[in-house]
Amino acid sequence: MENLLEKYAKIVGVEVIDHIRQLANPLKGARILHVNSTKVGGGVAEILNRLIPLKRELGIDAEWEVITGEKEFYKCTKKMHNSLQGDRDDISSDLLAVYEKTNLQNFERLRDKLEEADVVFIHDPQPAAFLHFSKARKGKWVWRCHIDVSHPYRPVWKYLREFVKDYDASIWSLSAFAQSLNHPLYLIPPSIDPLSEKNIELPEKEISDFLDSWNIRRDCPIITQISRFDRFKDPIGVIQSYRLVKNYVPVQLVLAGGGATDDPEGEEVLREVRAFAEDDPDIHILELPPDAHRAINALQRGSDIIIQKSLKEGFGLTVTEGLWKGKPVIGGDVGGIKLQVINHHCGFRVNTPEGAAMRIRYLLKHRDIMETMGMNARQLVLDNYLITRHLREYLTLVVALLLGSEEKIELNYPSH
Amino acid sequence: MGNQPFRILDSALIAIATGQKAQNLREFRDILKNIHSGSIYYHFWGGLLHPHFDEPEFQNDFAVWAARDLHDLKIAEQLSIIDPNIFRDIEELRQEVIEIIEERLYASEHVPWVKAGHEFHFIRSQIVIFDSGITYDNPRKLAEAIPKMSLGSIFFHFIDARRRTPESRNDFSAWLSGFNDKYTSLISGLDEIDPYFTTLNELRQEIYKVFNNYFKGGRNGKSA
Repeated sequence: MENLLEKYAKIVGVEVIDHIRQLANPLKGARILHVNSTKVGGGVAEILNRLIPLKRELGIDAEWEVITGEKEFYKCTKKMHNSLQGDRDDISSDLLAVYEKTNLQNFERLRDKLEEADVVFIHDPQPAAFLHFSKARKGKWVWRCHIDVSHPYRPVWKYLREFVKDYDASIWSLSAFAQSLNHPLYLIPPSIDPLSEKNIELPEKEISDFLDSWNIRRDCPIITQISRFDRFKDPIGVIQSYRLVKNYVPVQLVLAGGGATDDPEGEEVLREVRAFAEDDPDIHILELPPDAHRAINALQRGSDIIIQKSLKEGFGLTVTEGLWKGKPVIGGDVGGIKLQVINHHCGFRVNTPEGAAMRIRYLLKHRDIMETMGMNARQLVLDNYLITRHLREYLTLVVALLLGSEEKIELNYPSH
Repeated sequence: MGNQPFRILDSALIAIATGQKAQNLREFRDILKNIHSGSIYYHFWGGLLHPHFDEPEFQNDFAVWAARDLHDLKIAEQLSIIDPNIFRDIEELRQEVIEIIEERLYASEHVPWVKAGHEFHFIRSQIVIFDSGITYDNPRKLAEAIPKMSLGSIFFHFIDARRRTPESRNDFSAWLSGFNDKYTSLISGLDEIDPYFTTLNELRQEIYKVFNNYFKGGRNGKSA
């Protein structure tokens, strides 16, 4: 049976997989433990679900453990998450006591594995206090921050900082997110998995069936923004852009995002968006369940242009997904979109609804350019933002941590 | 043949934030004066091994920032044309960049600056060099292997080699010159490749083309 690495080799090339295999050679048998707070749902779990089997295939003894906690613990870590992203939300000392107690309980449960591992990756703030409780660790410990911490609410960051400052290294998605700490701040951008339901190739019929089910016509250009209903994603600005285009060219707009039932602000934004759309039959507002990966895939593949007109953005994996499907992307000039959307190459970065409208009209008028940009877009992701690159960087980091700390690490080899 | 076999080595690079960032050209110059030399290496050469796009207008990260964020095309052009290969070491290269910026600061009526969120973030890197386990003692066989070589190997043997070898040349040419004068025209072809204004993918193709033309073109084919 074909193994996972062979499946990826068909997409990224055999030489890329051989390169990964060789890099992993000195790590054979190494015990690497990842700890996060959930096995399902969310980007971290998605990545670990694939990275762990890949590492195991490479001969690394990789394991993944998940912490557990009561409702109050998650209340605290949710607040922590929001504050690290900039919300000015103080956390009560009672909640922080729950955070520390839950960390201690989970640490005690996992102590043997944690202290025996050669490398421990602790993901995000939830289990970050583990290191504080460890008195006899054997390996290197790395804190992996998946959050946009570019402008954290300082009191909360100062609290968390006390727990993460003693790690051997930390990993950040973008240099703009990295906070000053007295250890190496590695930069590893996130990635998408080309074999996942959200990104795998789909039959044309399935794409058409999905579009039909939402009454989206295929004979009229489709512009799509996929994101939760959040003001920072500027859905109103997207509708304004659509209207500016509609005056000149027939076009449909799709705004698709996760359900907003547990997010009061999301519900409010969704109401505003619906009101602003004024029952325009060419504006399709779709509320999709969190596991609608294939539907999102079909929407992206069925669209002519992907838009992500964010006013504030982390890395912007929906942009990566759109680019991977060979679509030009029009994105806000913020966060990780700046890394991914290269003007005139695979799309355009814009600052206003007018800018987005101008670029949409330009692309719809120049289908040949759209096609070239689509090809560039896919290549950009193939070269830089697939999970195989992510895996390679994790391996490089582990080699660097275990086998040397200097700028250039030469694994034993004879000279020419 | 009297020459040691060519051993294919491979490399993988990982970026590390230095935590230093500049919001205007003066800050940029000040940080540049003391930043880790690995950061200068990374921003000139590391671009080939970290996420980037094809056909960049400006060749190094400093020039890209000057053009895209400072909107100062004059300095972007001056920074972009710096050829890091001609400097003896990173310190000389650092000095050249500083001088260009100082001239610009001197000539400007105001200090060019960027809005929040568009600062230049200084990054450095660690590079891991490892053995692919593959060796070639025949240049023709080496030529056939090039299209399948990893981009990390191309980087190591063609780019990184320039800071390792006394004559700042690529490893392929250095190895071929061990065959006395047998491969002189092939070596010239390889030495003429400009490793700048390209991507590693394109560079791999260019190297292969030179090898392929040599062996298929029969300039000295029978001797290989």
